[in-house]
Amino acid sequence: MPISKLVGARVKRREDPRLIRGLAHYVDDIQLPNVLHAAILRSPYAHARIRAMRTDQARRHPGVVAVVTGNEIRDQVGCVPVASQNPTLRVPKRYVLAVDKVCFVGEGVVVVVAEDRYAARDALDLIEVDYEPLPVVSDPEKALASGAPVIHPEWPDNVAFRFDLKQGNLAKAFKEAERVVKQRLIHQRLAPIAIEPRGVLARYLPGEDELTLWSSTQIPHILKTQLSVMLKLPENRVRVIAPEVGGGFGSKLNVYAEEGLIGHLAIKLKRPVKWIEGRRENMQGTIHGRGQVGEVEVAVKKDGTILGLQYRVIADIGAYHQLLTPGIPPLTGLMLSGAYKIPALAIEVTGVFTNKVATDAYRGAGRPEATYVIERIIDRVAQELAIDPVKIRQKNFPRPKEFPFKTATGLIYDSGNYQGALNKALRLSGYQGWRGEQRKLREKGRYLGIGLSTYVEICGMGPSAAMPAGGWESGTVRVEPTGKVTVLTGVSPHGQGQETSFAQIVADEFGVPLDDIHVIHGDTAVVPSGIGTFGSRATAVGGTAVFQAAQKVKEKAREIAAHLLESDPEDLVFSESRFSVKGVPKKGVSLQEIALEAHLARNLPKKMEPGLTATSVFEPANFTFPFGAHICIVEVDPETGRIEIRKYVAVDDCGKVINPLLVDGQIHGGIAQGLGQALLEEVVYDEEGQLLTGSLMDYALPKAEDLPRLELARTETPTPVNPLGVKGVGEAGTIGSTPAIVNAVVDALAPFGVTHVDMPLKPEKIWRLCREKKERRAEGAG
Amino acid sequence: MPQKRVSLRINGRDYTHEVEPRLLLVHYLRDMIGLTGTHIGCETSICGACTVMLNGEAIKSCTVLTVQADGGEVLTIEGLGRAEELHPLQEGFWECHGLQCGYCTPGMILAAYQLLLRHPDPTEEEIRRGLDGNLCRCTGYQHIVDAVQYAARKMRESK
Amino acid sequence: MIPAPFDHITPRTLDEAIRALASHGEEAKLLAGGHSLLPMMKLRLARPKLLVDLSRIAELSGIEAERDRIFIGALTTHYRIESSELLKEKCPLLPQTARVIGDVQVRNRGTVGGSLAHADPAADMPAAMLAVGAELLARGPEGERWLKAEDFFLGLMTTALGPSEILTKIRVPVLSGHHGTAYLKVPQKASGFAIVGVAVWLRVERQLCTEIGVGVTGLDAKPFRARRVEERMKGTNLAQSLVQAASSQVTQGVSPLDDIHASAEFRAHLARVYTARAIQEAAKRAGV
Repeated sequence: MPISKLVGARVKRREDPRLIRGLAHYVDDIQLPNVLHAAILRSPYAHARIRAMRTDQARRHPGVVAVVTGNEIRDQVGCVPVASQNPTLRVPKRYVLAVDKVCFVGEGVVVVVAEDRYAARDALDLIEVDYEPLPVVSDPEKALASGAPVIHPEWPDNVAFRFDLKQGNLAKAFKEAERVVKQRLIHQRLAPIAIEPRGVLARYLPGEDELTLWSSTQIPHILKTQLSVMLKLPENRVRVIAPEVGGGFGSKLNVYAEEGLIGHLAIKLKRPVKWIEGRRENMQGTIHGRGQVGEVEVAVKKDGTILGLQYRVIADIGAYHQLLTPGIPPLTGLMLSGAYKIPALAIEVTGVFTNKVATDAYRGAGRPEATYVIERIIDRVAQELAIDPVKIRQKNFPRPKEFPFKTATGLIYDSGNYQGALNKALRLSGYQGWRGEQRKLREKGRYLGIGLSTYVEICGMGPSAAMPAGGWESGTVRVEPTGKVTVLTGVSPHGQGQETSFAQIVADEFGVPLDDIHVIHGDTAVVPSGIGTFGSRATAVGGTAVFQAAQKVKEKAREIAAHLLESDPEDLVFSESRFSVKGVPKKGVSLQEIALEAHLARNLPKKMEPGLTATSVFEPANFTFPFGAHICIVEVDPETGRIEIRKYVAVDDCGKVINPLLVDGQIHGGIAQGLGQALLEEVVYDEEGQLLTGSLMDYALPKAEDLPRLELARTETPTPVNPLGVKGVGEAGTIGSTPAIVNAVVDALAPFGVTHVDMPLKPEKIWRLCREKKERRAEGAG
Repeated sequence: MPQKRVSLRINGRDYTHEVEPRLLLVHYLRDMIGLTGTHIGCETSICGACTVMLNGEAIKSCTVLTVQADGGEVLTIEGLGRAEELHPLQEGFWECHGLQCGYCTPGMILAAYQLLLRHPDPTEEEIRRGLDGNLCRCTGYQHIVDAVQYAARKMRESK
Repeated sequence: MIPAPFDHITPRTLDEAIRALASHGEEAKLLAGGHSLLPMMKLRLARPKLLVDLSRIAELSGIEAERDRIFIGALTTHYRIESSELLKEKCPLLPQTARVIGDVQVRNRGTVGGSLAHADPAADMPAAMLAVGAELLARGPEGERWLKAEDFFLGLMTTALGPSEILTKIRVPVLSGHHGTAYLKVPQKASGFAIVGVAVWLRVERQLCTEIGVGVTGLDAKPFRARRVEERMKGTNLAQSLVQAASSQVTQGVSPLDDIHASAEFRAHLARVYTARAIQEAAKRAGV
């Protein structure tokens, strides 16, 4: 490999010029002549039978072109697909518009298509729907109780699936335990809230018999396949384009009802149709994340050694599955060992239907839950045994030489040095000093808390055998006749910056300037194949594919160069984008010249195909397992419940780093979302399944003022899973941060006898706990 | 409903249109003028993605009627800098990686522009407070703060 | 996101606006900055047929001092109040309150009159107006009348304004002598509105509190002046124990709001804590 110039450098992004000038094109920015606008009437009930509908007035409204109900198209558009498999899985039919019955607030009931947005919206008010309300199941635990109303009468109860995993001798572990610690934990529902809501634009050309669908999606290729099934169109007549996408965080890693519906309407009406989601629709109808209630029990020795762990969890699925819904809670199960050696383990997951929108992948997708469980319980154990939370972690870490490390859940952690990351974080945060400060402040009646999280996560998704829809990724590298380089990737970045980082990889490989490389993604007609961007996989899998394609191109170029220079390929050296004969630097040919020759094809080696392009599809042999240590220092005001973050240090190890600037950005953003879960965010439904946090007036996202200045550092433990040594970083911050913050707050409140607080740590909860504990103590004393 | 005639100066150019009184300024800018750099991220004037300058003050264009802006002067992200001469804030966002998906960015930049008009040398705390009307879900804000500091420095130096 | 259709007029004089209101009755709504009304219209929770846009009526804007009073036009934006040197010097409680309303863009656009007339139970400015004993000028077909802030707020989003009356002006006293002011609030993290907000101004002579005004928002369905707290503070030296005891009275006779952001019990608790903290902060600023 040439001496690295760009890989590893803080290269500023090539995506940015269009974005900072407002010239980028998100779905709603794409203008097509003759376009129609769709608006969707949604259910105000969480569970109701549709008795009758009156749409004539809406149909007559000026500007309205079509009004379509679920019954009218139930046979024309296929159901919303579910990709994750599980032998116990129950999949209720989810039509793109409700048929006869609605099962959650926000389920689409009628669509209006009109000449402009305003007319479409006005017509919604003219539709009358008679609903017969049915009993609602909102709470997942109550949904399991006997006698609970059943949402889908095809089955006797509300169980959506089960997933069990058992390894090692758990009975023995608990028998031998010197202490057993138990904790009930709630992972509240969260709304992903990409700042760009979803949007779909579809155009059907009857002459060409071709459907083009622009969607704010993370998975254009998967969407293309699924659309062809839903719309009964040959897949080679469907083109999906993910234009500029304004954030996803998992919420656009899906195939939604609206994608099928708008595609169908464009075909039926023979005019382009656009639907842009409003924020209230987004909160009601786009997937939520998390939504688990579990009880963890851990068997330990007095010295803090973990012997076994058991976790029973109920996962709140919502009314229907979305693409990966049943695949998320099992990920929690698989990652429950966290960064520790746990010889015996049992996990019981029960997915439960409720009258709410589906849960699915939201940044971290199952791993934040796992990390929260293990990091919270290990702190509980430390507190009970009066061991420093640092020591108990160090005691249970696998040593660096134990990698690859096999967990009781059957995963093989690729590489790691958990001690190294923790030590660095301790040093940078001044951990011991803060412990001293904590003692001093406590004497003054001030409550400082120090929280740790030493996480490991699973990413670089992943080996196809373990994925519902393929885990490989494709990359194509083409040197154009003029020497410019075009890179096609199957990943679908929407903020992560692969137009830059992939260009860095190729620029180093070819020794060409960054500006000569253009990375194209997100168009299924241009990029031959792909899976998409999710699960922190883009660079580990997609970057590797691009890297390998570049190497193939270079090998071909070498052969052409040898042919042109009448030399042996082995005798050539490559430097500064030029092959030359070893020892005769003047005798050489540039990549650009080779590319031109390859395209003119008048003088190529015998039997060589013209052109200078190559595609590589990378199939990873394993997942990757990034890790790190986060330390958070908080001060809590027990009188008001206010939490102030005094310091935040994150040491993350995502393997080799292509672009540190982008990695920092991913960690910052990840921590902000983790902090959101810890402190602020919570989707609240009432008993009737009404969404009480239906807008950003009630659902709090972190603002600039809510975050402290984050102090980041890294350790670098390359993965052997791919030749770049990269692991992935998209979700690490979210996974690592939440428990660090919660642990810090619990630590701050330890003098009150507080051992746990459920998220989000809203002031009222803190105040109540402190007050209750104080009162109980006063009673005890009295 | 009768249409109303409005005249606005947008990014230095004059426009006159007949519009419905209920037409939101953001829809006017995006759909009638074709300036799609101003985005819509919520419906409740919280997220700030639709921030533009109206008569020298940052406003949320999803909560202003076009008729209210009649006779006014609007600056959108498209009018802030040129390709060959970016505004220091645009440069700062680029240099400091102050954006990821870019959707909140135009509004964020204009909110920062407002801040620097009023506080040319803001502290980090003032920057964070000055951006309290704008949500970013990607960056965790730290690089945005860096970007605003970069721009403030650059603008002070060029004075 | 899209309001129902309506007509829009921009009268040039107050009389014109009042006539429009009078002739359209319930179907007409006043439009000031629009930051209370337009969000409700976009959600179609409000569907007026006519908007009477006050923005072109010159006499509704501006901040002026006249002897011991300051007059603030109803269309003055929160930002103008926040940044007014005159107010910072003569009635600092108003800028202190204005600066924590909503966010920058909302303060640029939202108006003091719009906010008071909307009477959102969680709005900030009513607390400050109550604390300083502001008077509000209403003008209608019958002419003008001054209303005390305390008599202005009647209930949830209800004021003493008649159907064809317009709030045109606010009159606040110039705060003189050794005085201190503070507005402290617990914001609802999503919307920025007050879960509880307490505004205090007090005057101190020879280390004793001679005058005090305490305005509270967010706690009850309407913002109110905490007379019981004031009575207990007047004439005292503002010692911490006295402040605590007086502040505990803030919830007397109040039915605290209860929602997903804070229970009634927590709101009441916060009101007591923040009343004490606001009084202490104001006292500190008064040099006690």
